[in-house]
Amino acid sequence: MFYRENGQFKTSYRADQQILPIAQDRVALYLLLAFAFLAVPLLASNYAFRAILIPFLIFSLAAIGVNILVGYCGQISLGSGAFMAVGAYAAYNFFVRIDGLPLIVALILGGTCSMLFGILFGLPSLRVKGLYLAVATLAAQFFSDWMFLRIQWFTNNSPSGSVSVSNLQVFGLSLESPLAKYLFCLTLLAVIALLAKNLVRGAVGREWMAIRDMDVAAAVIGIRPMFAKLSAFAVSSFIIGVAGALWGFIYLGAWEPAAFSVDQSFKLLFMVIIGGMGSIMGSFFGAAFIVLLPIFLSQFLPALASVFGVEISTAGVSHAELMVFGGLIVWFLIVEPHGLAKLWAVAKQKLRLWPFPH
Amino acid sequence: MKLRQLALASALVAGGACVMVSSSAFAESTEQFIPVLSYRTGPYAPNGVPWANGFVDYLKLANARGGINGVKLSFEECETGYATDRSVECYERLKGKNGGASFVQPLSTGATFALTEKAPIDNIPVVTVGYGRSESADGSVFKWNFPVAGTYWVAADAIVQAIAKKAGGFDKLKGKKIALVYHDSPFGKEPIPLLQARAAMHGFELLLLPVTAPGVEQKSTWLQVRQSRPDNVILWGWGVMNSTAIKEAQATGYARDKMYGVWWAGAEPDVKDVAEGAKGYNAVALQHGAEPQSKLVKDVLATLHAKGQGTGPKEEVGQVLYMRGAMSAMLGVEGIRAAQERFGKGKHMTGTQIRWGLENLNLTQPKLDALGFAGVMRPISTSCTDHMGASWARIQTWDGSAWKFTSDWLQADQQIIKPLVKSTAAKYAAEKKLTPRAGTDCQS
Repeated sequence: MFYRENGQFKTSYRADQQILPIAQDRVALYLLLAFAFLAVPLLASNYAFRAILIPFLIFSLAAIGVNILVGYCGQISLGSGAFMAVGAYAAYNFFVRIDGLPLIVALILGGTCSMLFGILFGLPSLRVKGLYLAVATLAAQFFSDWMFLRIQWFTNNSPSGSVSVSNLQVFGLSLESPLAKYLFCLTLLAVIALLAKNLVRGAVGREWMAIRDMDVAAAVIGIRPMFAKLSAFAVSSFIIGVAGALWGFIYLGAWEPAAFSVDQSFKLLFMVIIGGMGSIMGSFFGAAFIVLLPIFLSQFLPALASVFGVEISTAGVSHAELMVFGGLIVWFLIVEPHGLAKLWAVAKQKLRLWPFPH
Repeated sequence: MKLRQLALASALVAGGACVMVSSSAFAESTEQFIPVLSYRTGPYAPNGVPWANGFVDYLKLANARGGINGVKLSFEECETGYATDRSVECYERLKGKNGGASFVQPLSTGATFALTEKAPIDNIPVVTVGYGRSESADGSVFKWNFPVAGTYWVAADAIVQAIAKKAGGFDKLKGKKIALVYHDSPFGKEPIPLLQARAAMHGFELLLLPVTAPGVEQKSTWLQVRQSRPDNVILWGWGVMNSTAIKEAQATGYARDKMYGVWWAGAEPDVKDVAEGAKGYNAVALQHGAEPQSKLVKDVLATLHAKGQGTGPKEEVGQVLYMRGAMSAMLGVEGIRAAQERFGKGKHMTGTQIRWGLENLNLTQPKLDALGFAGVMRPISTSCTDHMGASWARIQTWDGSAWKFTSDWLQADQQIIKPLVKSTAAKYAAEKKLTPRAGTDCQS
């Protein structure tokens, strides 16, 4: 009834090609942005900022990066944790070695290093595909684990191999308070998500999708596979690198290579698969599912048990959390193999016909 | 149909969220709240479980003994799985609960690094009994860190002393080979600077053999041990890594009595699977070992386990890591007591006040006796500059069925540790642009 495009006439190509052609969608997006930038800072507690919202934002960013590579270009990657690690350690090195380097510049340089690393480990994608490529990118993961554990220079010769940053500032404003951190991550995420959305709608994005759907056919119609694949690796690992730097700088504050282990790579891949391959929106859903659900379960299960007068032990909660989490993943994949983004699209479709479906 | 299911599910979830909010709404600030970060799952669970049991049991016992001058302790456990990000989430979740966290025990070197940056902002002391970062013993730089009763450097130094003693003096170490088989993580790398300093002093060769976490695959490491034939092996392992290492040593025929483990590699779960095969294996014990005869254990059994209020199996009470957990809790609780003595008995203490208390701990022998720690540990007193308080250790040896002490008390050589702590802490201060605390700051 309310959600339909009847009567909205496009009179220019520009109007027809915008990201959200339907007026209601635009209004909803502006409302959402206003909510995230204005209402959330007033409503959320410090715990929500630090433990829920900031990790969610950072992982959304990383999931967008992985989605570009896996979802849009079809190159399965298990090296996302490595790209995050390179971004984080590169940004750290620029940050501590160059005195007075602004944080944003350090983050961008970190992303750039991660981009170069991504291109390097994307080279096998020119020869191998599918699962074989996944194995090849796994090498990036182990290489980065080795590199940051063994090469002392990268960790500024700290005896334990753990590095830390503090006293972060952006344009003279301190990033100590959770609110400032949240707004910083949110701004970066909004900007990069917009850029990513436009990239995937444009010529480059179409090349990626053509390669994903059938690389031989794409090559025949004049798409350069090398350019398309390596550009996907470059853009994706840049975004993942920035996300990794944020994870280290903003969320953890101090980290060791284990913070970017192969688990992180799997987590990111699951986010993309559950959220929806080939959808920027899906990255957000996937990140929300993977980041928020375990935290929610670990708090909700004891509360639920206490309603029934049962007390479960900490270990019991942790085991139950894993079981419920695994069960939900399987359930979602069976019910909706195209991910949460597909559910979202179906919901929108139904809303158009509501309340009179045929 | 699908949508309806989804709507139903989200309604359920929303309902759950309401329950969650209402259950956390009651907060009693008269109780002293202590967050318990523990890991009862994952590859380190065999060692994490007894530690957590000991910690929680001691808090229960302290309550049964009437609290701290009448102030009861409340606590909540949070499972970290030894992951740094989960630890940070747990810390954020629990730090503000029930009137604020009194102190936090990260129970992981990685998490200690992360919380070292966060806790000072929240005014919560970080207590790391026997682990964490060794340079944080310097209270003038690390105002909020308390590695009470020993650090990894103390442990490493005690091991070198024990090896020297067996060899017949430090001069006999010249030309020897000592291998450090370590867990490749901040935890495992902690002792390296100290061992390197000792190696340079006495002229022994230090071989560094990292083992990828969690340490179930060590074949290549032990092949290296077999090739280079070190005179001693120092095992800086943890969880499944320890029993694997001892089994590998057995398989390669490396004499177990030439092996020395850190205190995380010197508890029952590490050796009991290998039992006879681990006979002769040594480990350093910071202060205590397994203390089933101590008064504390008897108290715990009588007040808690006899009434079915104990945590974990009764047979494990008094084991090495159980005692470690209990001692960790005790030091934190005594920090609160010390704070109360200055800022008002029977009152709720803030993090800042407890920090003062931890900095002015003075656990004399009569006090320890009263707490049931007679024979378990030696007196400890901390100060503004020295957040460690004591650097005593002993060597214990597995005789096939139990841990037995086989050395006298060893004290880590302050001539070596002090300069190392100072220089590493100074480097940290320079990196963070911190000015070390002046003497006048000590009374705050």
